[in-house]
Amino acid sequence: MSMLDLSRFQATGQQTCFHGRHIGAQIYAGLNGANWRLADYVARGGYQALRKVLGVNGGAGMTPEQVIAEVKLSALRGRGGAGFPTGLKWSFMPRQHAGPKYMVCNSDEGEPGTCKDRDILAYNPHIVIEGMAIAGYATGSKVGYNYIHGEIFELYERFEEALEEARAAGYLGDNILGTSFGFQLHAFHGFGAYICGEETGLLESLEGKKGQPRYKPPFPASYGLYGRPTTVNNTETFAAVPWIINHGGQAYLDVGLPNNGGTKIFSMVGDVERPGNYEVPMGTPFPKLLELAGGVRGGRALKAVIPGGSSAPVLPGKVMMDCTMDYDSIASAGSMLGSGAVIVMDETRCMVASLLRLCYFYTHESCGQCTPCREGTGWLWRVVNRIEHGEGRADDLALLDSVAENIMGRTICALGDAAAMPVRGMVKHFRDEFVHHIEHKTCRVPARA
Amino acid sequence: MMKEPDKTQPRAAPFSASTLQQFAKEVAKFPAEQRQSAVMACLAIVQHEQGYVSAEAEVAVAEYLGMPPIAVREVTTFYNMYNQQPAGRFKLNVCTNLPCQLRDGEKALNHLCRKLGVEPNGTTGDGLFTVQPSECLGACADAPVMLVNDRQMLSYMSNDRLDELVELLRTKR
Repeated sequence: MSMLDLSRFQATGQQTCFHGRHIGAQIYAGLNGANWRLADYVARGGYQALRKVLGVNGGAGMTPEQVIAEVKLSALRGRGGAGFPTGLKWSFMPRQHAGPKYMVCNSDEGEPGTCKDRDILAYNPHIVIEGMAIAGYATGSKVGYNYIHGEIFELYERFEEALEEARAAGYLGDNILGTSFGFQLHAFHGFGAYICGEETGLLESLEGKKGQPRYKPPFPASYGLYGRPTTVNNTETFAAVPWIINHGGQAYLDVGLPNNGGTKIFSMVGDVERPGNYEVPMGTPFPKLLELAGGVRGGRALKAVIPGGSSAPVLPGKVMMDCTMDYDSIASAGSMLGSGAVIVMDETRCMVASLLRLCYFYTHESCGQCTPCREGTGWLWRVVNRIEHGEGRADDLALLDSVAENIMGRTICALGDAAAMPVRGMVKHFRDEFVHHIEHKTCRVPARA
Repeated sequence: MMKEPDKTQPRAAPFSASTLQQFAKEVAKFPAEQRQSAVMACLAIVQHEQGYVSAEAEVAVAEYLGMPPIAVREVTTFYNMYNQQPAGRFKLNVCTNLPCQLRDGEKALNHLCRKLGVEPNGTTGDGLFTVQPSECLGACADAPVMLVNDRQMLSYMSNDRLDELVELLRTKR
């Protein structure tokens, strides 16, 4: 079955990535959609960091310890959602280990609202390859896998092409750039399971199984892929590494805020004029980010923002307008920066209807392993469903709270919490809307014109 | 005494040389003792060639990779994108998750269903189209977004563009 030419219906990146509205871009800098290949990447300074680390440009090179120290200094934190310090994670990999160790990239980008890794893979795949090779060097991992979201098959194919280019040019393989360092990297194509964005679910999937998360501990650094020491980082995290090596950890830290180094890519989605990805320094005020995205669509008032992907608790617009976009500011406002997906909702949005769609998502994607999540997500969905449809009961908000309480902290992985937190956030900040639905059997938000 | 083979159990379906070549490329990515890691890729290849993953194909993939057929079935049933039954010539998945819903994802799904005269998850009488709502495709800024036959992602699918797409696909039958 040959592929049809449907290119006229496909994204070009103009709206989401090449809009010239980034601030101090490091990962998206200089991209235009046509310059994703190896030669283009090298022309804009690509693979210089790997050369520097390996000492093939005449320099002394860096030891694995020096690479990790530089990444620690940079305050780079995991861009997939958890925000865990990357250098620290790398340092957990055992130095003295007889068998294989693995480096895994989590490109299973499926947190609703998030579409930043897609543009990295589409328009700058070699930056991920370079970051992974450096991470492999720093941790003594000789094999890596990039686990790519099932729904972006064309980018999986592009990544395979980029890997071929890198192998042919000696940036991957047994003796990289003539040194004794070897790193093999392969692409892996997922096939539709949100839970595989959870790192141990992803590892199970890589092993050819259902993507059901594992108990932690043991953490992947001691028991990961095939039971071997493994590091799993997000695509954007790896993509940040070459800049850090080229410019130094201190320079990266200086771009952002203390404890929040570097730039971050935010996916501005929902009710904004210019939905797309915006790479800006950590700590950029939210109003500035909203302005980059053209403001609230149709000049409407900002009602609410889910600041870090659908699993993050919603925040009222006025709270959000006082936040800066970094892990600590969003956390102190009661939510999380998460994956950097910013779901903007205007004054015409019903919070009950919005929450209903999220609840359906979590019950659909619960892997079924833990009873509190498997059953609890279904309860959350059914109760919100009856509230939305005018059949809510007086004690339903207490019931939602109780179900959420009985999920949180009682499951193997974070999907349970991710399902419960949006419910709690919505009911906390927009309780009167839920009460109105229950008491009046109707929505009080005026229908959209 | 040997038991009579159970005729109700699916038997392994043979694969073509080109399919086996694609399988081998996937298996080569993993350590020799970890052939099972290629199961998702092999099943995706089967689906691309045969339109769905039949019980016979599951058994054959199990044989090829040296894993129990039930372990293959677990994979087919766990991941959303595997078709366990034949689908239409064009499987159209429209994202309706919240970020897309805020930008007419559901409207796109409804428009397609109305235009093609099917319910969500239904297949047209001529076997040409299957329309399914889907969860996050990871392209939220492009909403409404959809996937054609698991492999091609289409963006900004307004009603006009959906009409244009359907007309185009009808000529490719």
